[in-house]
Amino acid sequence: MATRGDVAATLAAPERARWRRDRLSLRKLTEALVFTVSIAAALALWELISRTGVISQKDLPAMSTSFRELWSLVQTGDFWKAFGQTVRGWALGLGVATALAVPLGILLGSSDFAARAFRVPIEFLRPIPSAALIPLLFLTLGTTIKSEIFLAAFGAFWPLLVQTMYGVRDVDPLAMDTGRSFGVGRFERLYRIKLPSAVPYIATGLRISSTVSLILAFTAELFMGIPGLGQKVNYAQAFGLEKQLYAYALATGFLGVAIHLVSAAVERRALRWHPSQRVGAA
Amino acid sequence: MASRVARGGFRLMLEVKHLGKTYGTGEKATHAVGDVSFSVEDGEFVCVVGPSGCGKTTLLKCIAGLLRPSNGGVLLRGKRVVRPPEEMALVFQEYGRSLMPWASVRNNVLLPLRHKKLPRSERKRLVEDSLDAVSLTRFIDHYPWQLSGGMQQRVAIARALAYQPTTLLMDEPFASVDAQTRGDLEDLILRVRNEYDITILFVTHDIDESVYLADRVVVLTHSPTEVKEIVPVELPRPRDQIATKELPEFAQLRAHVYRLIKREQSVGEPAEPTEAAGVPHTGTPV
Amino acid sequence: MAPLATGRGGVSRRSYQALTIVAEIAVPVALLIAWQLWTVHAASPKFPRLSTILVDFRDMWLFSQFGTHVVPSLERIGAGFGIAVVAGIALGIPLGLSRWARLAAMPHIEYWRAVPPPALLPISIVLLHSIGNVQKIAFIAFFCLFPVLLNTIDGVRGIDPTFIDTARSYGMRRFERIRRVVFPAALPQIVAGMRNSLSLAVITMVLSEYFSSTSGVGYVLLISKNTFQFAPMWAAILLIGVLGYLLNVLFILAERRVLAWHRGWRAAASV
Repeated sequence: MATRGDVAATLAAPERARWRRDRLSLRKLTEALVFTVSIAAALALWELISRTGVISQKDLPAMSTSFRELWSLVQTGDFWKAFGQTVRGWALGLGVATALAVPLGILLGSSDFAARAFRVPIEFLRPIPSAALIPLLFLTLGTTIKSEIFLAAFGAFWPLLVQTMYGVRDVDPLAMDTGRSFGVGRFERLYRIKLPSAVPYIATGLRISSTVSLILAFTAELFMGIPGLGQKVNYAQAFGLEKQLYAYALATGFLGVAIHLVSAAVERRALRWHPSQRVGAA
Repeated sequence: MASRVARGGFRLMLEVKHLGKTYGTGEKATHAVGDVSFSVEDGEFVCVVGPSGCGKTTLLKCIAGLLRPSNGGVLLRGKRVVRPPEEMALVFQEYGRSLMPWASVRNNVLLPLRHKKLPRSERKRLVEDSLDAVSLTRFIDHYPWQLSGGMQQRVAIARALAYQPTTLLMDEPFASVDAQTRGDLEDLILRVRNEYDITILFVTHDIDESVYLADRVVVLTHSPTEVKEIVPVELPRPRDQIATKELPEFAQLRAHVYRLIKREQSVGEPAEPTEAAGVPHTGTPV
Repeated sequence: MAPLATGRGGVSRRSYQALTIVAEIAVPVALLIAWQLWTVHAASPKFPRLSTILVDFRDMWLFSQFGTHVVPSLERIGAGFGIAVVAGIALGIPLGLSRWARLAAMPHIEYWRAVPPPALLPISIVLLHSIGNVQKIAFIAFFCLFPVLLNTIDGVRGIDPTFIDTARSYGMRRFERIRRVVFPAALPQIVAGMRNSLSLAVITMVLSEYFSSTSGVGYVLLISKNTFQFAPMWAAILLIGVLGYLLNVLFILAERRVLAWHRGWRAAASV
């Protein structure tokens, strides 16, 4: 099949622009349509499955019931308090992780020696599921927001560290040599050449880390009863309040989607002006 | 010659009839190929040249059955081409994106044979014979990316040969290869044509190459593409990189084709200053 | 990438290499020693000595409780990961090839991949009426699906069209093409997704076992905490870390063999 590129290349400029615009708007319309229909169909299916009793309404409240419950919850101050607590835990966890991981990552990434010296500890600590630390946190920081922030930060730290290291190391040697030959000082080379080229990697790291931070903040709330959406979910399950359970799960889902969309958008912006683009879905 | 009789005695292998390919509709339409007609006889070596951007690749893809033409069609031994025919093989310019990097040379050449119902020993023989024809037997278990560009293109040719086609389509196959290797590959393809007695349709932008290889050269116009002229090449065979190119006839043919193309190129660029200044087209009639 | 000898302040290349190797060993060892010393100094029951932890580690996991707890956990990871990989590839290839299917599926994929797994833990128990293996494996498989699925889609979309044209020109039909061209071409990207999926499998396994289970490493973690047995608790944490590390190493080794051609090809292309 000929690509749109082939076709576009053979048109004169004004024709090309017009052709592109028309194709684009028609395409966007059909895409939006398919998108909407798909979601509507899934929601309808949920409603059907639950109402007809394929899965009992006790186990799976109907779609309409769940959303109605969510709607009524959203109008309570209690809901937003919990929501804000989770967001706060997420943000602080991510913030602490960033504050630690980025400088450390730059340091380790800039020095070949340091990177290799610390390779083994990093490779070992990285895969540790942060969830394993929950018992420890019970014993030390207790069931306070400090535990939540620690857990979220611990989990978010590693992807960001690794990505920053990659980013700093992946500088085009030609750019560095050019800087050196023009007598640009070491520190200036760092923030004029290395950092800008590391930004896309850091942006990818931020996307991954913001997802991880939310998961862990929620986990801390769920398992340790720290105030927040996770605690609400735990409470709802413990007391057999299915409608609330699903409503809060939906709310958490939407929060997760919102965070993901924002961090992915930021990543895309950062990647756009990088000469070689590197993307890996996490 | 025996195989030609065995092939049913068709004199015309390929007939391209008023082939056109247009993208889009109405006033936004792009005519990649306008109206191209020519034919290729059984066992002929026909080269296709034209100014850059004249849709040579689109034309070849239509003939190969990879694209459906908007107008007209292609007949292969009298039968209409609607999908890639069993007896046609295609060699692409970019060998690096055509040879599968996860497979060895052997398995790459084997790939097209896998769905043909042949006994294993037969397949093995075809693979080994075709690699022998391109002198790459030693590298049968290497990976394509371990070989040089010229060698990789030879693997692609071997793969096409193992497929046992009656017709070989080649899309600027030697363009990504260095000049010296190109000469070797040109001679290789001539040798292969004789040994395997196949018909070859060869697209190129290298005018010297087209005259050196061809029995006839089809010269295309700029977009919308049509056949400008078909130039018979009556140089003696077997061709030789030095002897043939020393012949005065070679120089004349080459110059003729070159002029045809230069004229097409200048016509295809309406914004050229020479035209605006009233200077006539280059090229004196031959 | 080796810097010039002079760029290192006069240190020769040989001694730089030696120094690096020494550091690679010395740093982890130093950290372990520091840990031991600190725990001895702190003398707190919550932070038992490293030596005690290691003793308990050996007692528990090698091999008395290996069968009762480690094996079920590994089984769950294995089954969940396996299902996720098969489903991810089986769904990802058609979605990668068909724009319309992709458009229809995308809203759902984008939603579920962003939901934090623990949010669905209680729901998985309620829906499946159990806290047994099926619930755990379903939970693990569900979330591990997405990295594989997304990477398969990306891998398939990123295939150079010339490979497909080549296959078509040689008369390969669709199924044959998918098997012999699309799948191998997308494999490097698929494997990258599998690696993410594997570490996610470990995490979701621990979460689901810690939340509610009657066996498994996560369960031991929970029980030892609840009964205030700190050294075994630390030994369980250590085991989880070791498991995660070993699985990762095994995966990388397997990847190296399967994708040897990819490394070679990339190296040759970059010259």
